[in-house]
Formats: sequence, structure tokens, C-alpha cells
Amino acid sequence: MLNAHDILETIRMIQDENLDIRTITMGVSLLDCIDPNIDSACQKVYDKITRCAKNLVRVGEDIEKEYGIPIVNKRISVTPIAIVSAACKGSPVQFAHTLEKVSQVCGVNFIGGYSALVQKGFSAGDVELINSIPEALSETEHVCSSVNVGSTKTGINLDACALMGRIVRQTAQITADRDCIGCAKLVVFCNAPEDNPFMAGAFHGVGEPDCIINVGVSGPGVVRAALSKAPDADITEVADIIKKTAFKITRMGQLVGMEASRRLGVPFGIVDLSLAPTPAVGDSVAHILEEIGLERCGTHGTTAALALLNDAVKKGGVMASSKVGGLSGAFIPVTEDAGMIDAARCGALTLEKLEAMTAVCSVGLDMIVIPGDTTAETISAIIADEAAIGMVNSKTTAVRVIPAIGKQMGEELEFGGLLGSGPVMKVNRNSAEKFIGRGGQIPAPLQSLKN
Amino acid sequence: MRAVLTVIGKDTVGILAKVSAVCAQHKANIIEVTQSVLQDMFAMIMMIDIQNLNVPFADFSDEMSEMGKNMNLSIHVMHEDIFNSMHRI
Repeated sequence: MLNAHDILETIRMIQDENLDIRTITMGVSLLDCIDPNIDSACQKVYDKITRCAKNLVRVGEDIEKEYGIPIVNKRISVTPIAIVSAACKGSPVQFAHTLEKVSQVCGVNFIGGYSALVQKGFSAGDVELINSIPEALSETEHVCSSVNVGSTKTGINLDACALMGRIVRQTAQITADRDCIGCAKLVVFCNAPEDNPFMAGAFHGVGEPDCIINVGVSGPGVVRAALSKAPDADITEVADIIKKTAFKITRMGQLVGMEASRRLGVPFGIVDLSLAPTPAVGDSVAHILEEIGLERCGTHGTTAALALLNDAVKKGGVMASSKVGGLSGAFIPVTEDAGMIDAARCGALTLEKLEAMTAVCSVGLDMIVIPGDTTAETISAIIADEAAIGMVNSKTTAVRVIPAIGKQMGEELEFGGLLGSGPVMKVNRNSAEKFIGRGGQIPAPLQSLKN
Repeated sequence: MRAVLTVIGKDTVGILAKVSAVCAQHKANIIEVTQSVLQDMFAMIMMIDIQNLNVPFADFSDEMSEMGKNMNLSIHVMHEDIFNSMHRI
């Protein structure tokens, strides 16, 4: 028999500390939908995804009811559309509209994969797709887009960085009337994982099976609550507490993933060992860092505390799950984290500090609002910097910045929901135009020569 | 299939009676009960067999939490696996 303490602990985690399964994401391969005729390609895409995912939301809700644990999001990721659209003539935006229709029919809240992988150069279809991203994101609500511009194996495609700087700006401009929301659905990656269940960067890699279930867990509130019970523990004990808590959180992901996979008749892919915050009170990664002993997230010591947190989450989680993948680590999206928003507002958290933090945790510069007059070249340079951190450290990094068109320091953007809100943050005004304008490929680093 | 039913709240007369009546009505067999009253807070944990439940599990769970609300208690029914997987290796 389970003991009462364990049972009450689980219930407390769910009721009071915001433990939830952040997402069940179904990955669907669209390789068999490729067709030279764009209309029939889109029809095949529509038919295949709606067939695979028709029960996704219902099964998610059933599991939620039965086990009593909230499953916040049900999502779909697909093969990068640039691969599918390369074969046909016509604007790839038609695929975005198809995906939007699919998301509404299936009832999922995001569908990711309006993507291109250009780390070593552009192939047929890539440039066309990338150029269509602003239009696609402005005309759809649930479609997410990502572009991989670098990897440890290939180096960084500086031409792609330059292009993406312009695309991010255009996307902000074209959705300026909606708080530049388009940019919240666009991620630029280095070392993009192919089995990531989290948006906006999820896509279904070409090495993945036909259809698969990936799960992303959450629970910053649970970690913080556990730490608050040990205010005088030394830092090794702190790491242990985080490990134990991450284990418990991840077990929930494993259980839900296995169960969803069984009920949907789809193989179970991975659990993403993540601490994903939301703007809700008590669900903040920044507050964990502050619980560890920082007055404000972003002050000196933040990088060290985050490194410990990120490592302990992985160590705890990896034993709890049979298969681990995705981004796996602590997320630091500024506008989606109540503690980060406060720290950015009061100036404790800066873009430079965030860049340092991305060297030791999962993902990268995420959900950061920058001044509306930031040039495309500066955005490209931000992307290149972040990609360089990922390339050299053999880890995933990403950039999801939102130029707040027409706004300056001191003003804020408000997205609502899980995307939250955030103040415009300061960006270095000195130009990187010459550097970005050089174009070409930053060669792969020595780290790539492992064979 | 077994589920864990927990009741937490202020102690009043007849909690156990009401909860077990609903269990009986829906053919949920009570296997084990532990309860404690700390100061005036009541905490009861029941292990129930839901193999022969005569309504869908989700409805049973909703009915319990609804009854809890009316009695100012928090009642949860959750599949036993969630506790096993979190606390057992």
C-alpha cells in the first residue's frame, strides 16, 4: 500500500505547486505526402495528419481525467515543410493554411514544422519557405516556424543568419497590430533537436518514425517548493533536492507518454526533461534561482545557479524515463516567466546576462522583447552569437526575439496566455552590419571532429 | 484497476458515510481506508477497486469532487498508477 505521505505529496504538487504535463506532442512524418502538385500535396498533408491525430486531444483529456494530472497542451509537429514543399511550384504559404486547418480540426493549440534546415546551405525550397514565413505566421494563428542555421557538425550558415534577421523584422512588422505576435511563433536554432515536443521550435525530424508521441513535462513550482523546505541546505544538498524532485516530475511524463502511446497505438518517443515556466504565479524558473539565494534573477551568481539547476534536472530525470530527448533542461523564456519579467523590468536581467545563461541551460534567448527600431543586422548578429554558443558547446541554442515595432525601452508587449508579456530590453546599439554582410559559412569547430 | 480517493478538509459528521455511500452506489469496492484528524483537519485516503464501476471513471471522479465542493471538502479520485510511478521505482 502506498503511504499517506506519498499520496498527499503528489496531490499537493498538482493542486498547489502547478505540477503538470506541459505537452503531449504527436510527431507526424509528411515525407509520403510529397507531390509535384501543390494542391494534392496539401490534401495529402491534411488527410495524413487528421488521420493520425484525430484522437490525440480526446485521449489527452481522458488521461488527464483518469490520472488527475493536467495535460496543458496537445500539439502536433511535422516534417519540416521546406522538404515537402521543395517538390512543388507555388507559394509554400498554402501549406501553412493547410496546417492551420488541421490544427482547428484536431483541436490542438499549436502545430510546428513550418521549418527549414539550412545549417550548411540552402537547398531547393528552403529560401522560398523562409521568405514566406512572415506571411505564413501573420495569416495563421496556430502554426509555428523554425529555421536551423547552424550545428556543431557543420558550422554556422552566416547567410542564413543574415536572412533570418530580416525575416524576424518583417514578421514583427507584418503582425505589429497584434503585439508582433508572429515573432513569438518563430525560432532560429543551432543544433535543433528532431524530437522536441515544445513550441515554437518543434518539428518532426527526417530520421524519426512515421508517427510518434513525445512528452514535455514541467514543474518549476514543485522544485521551488521543495527547496523552500531546506533554507539552510548547502549547495550539494540543493542539487540533490532538485534531482529527487526532477525524478518525480519526470515519472509523470513517462507514465503519461506510455499511456498516450498505448491508447493511440503510436510508438512512444521521448520525455523532454524540462522545467518549463508559465507566467502564472508559482510556476517560475527565475523564482527557483532566487530560492537558491539570489536577490534577483540576473544578478551575479545566476549563471552558476542555473548551471546547477539544469544539471540536476537532467540527472534526476534521466533515471525516471526510459527514453530521454528533445531540449531537456531548464527553460528561460523571459515573457513566459513571472520572475524573469520582474527581473527584466527592474533592470536586474539584461540581454548579455541571458546570453551567458544560455551557455549552461537548455535552449537560448527565448521570448525576449527588443526595441522596435533594432536593425535586421543586429538581430542577425544576436542569432550568430547564440548559434556560436551552441556550436562550440555542442548544445542546442535558439533565438526567439520579438522586435516591438513602434516601441522603445520602458514600454511592454502583452501576448496573453502562456506567451505572457514583457518589457522591451536594451540592445547594444553598435553595428555588426559589416560582419553579417560578409556572408558565407563559419567553418565547423574542432569539436565536430570526433571520429 | 484500483484508484486512490482522498478527502481533505474540515472535519464534519458523516464524511465517511457519504463517500462510501457513493462508492457503493457505483460499485466501487473499498479495499482499504486510512484516516486521521489533525486538530480539526480531516484527511482520509481510500484505496478503491474500480474494476466493476457502473459509470465511466471520469463521471465517478466528477461526482466525487462535486460532492466534495458541496461539503466544503477537497475530494480527488486518481488512478493508483500515478502514485506508484512517482514513488516506486
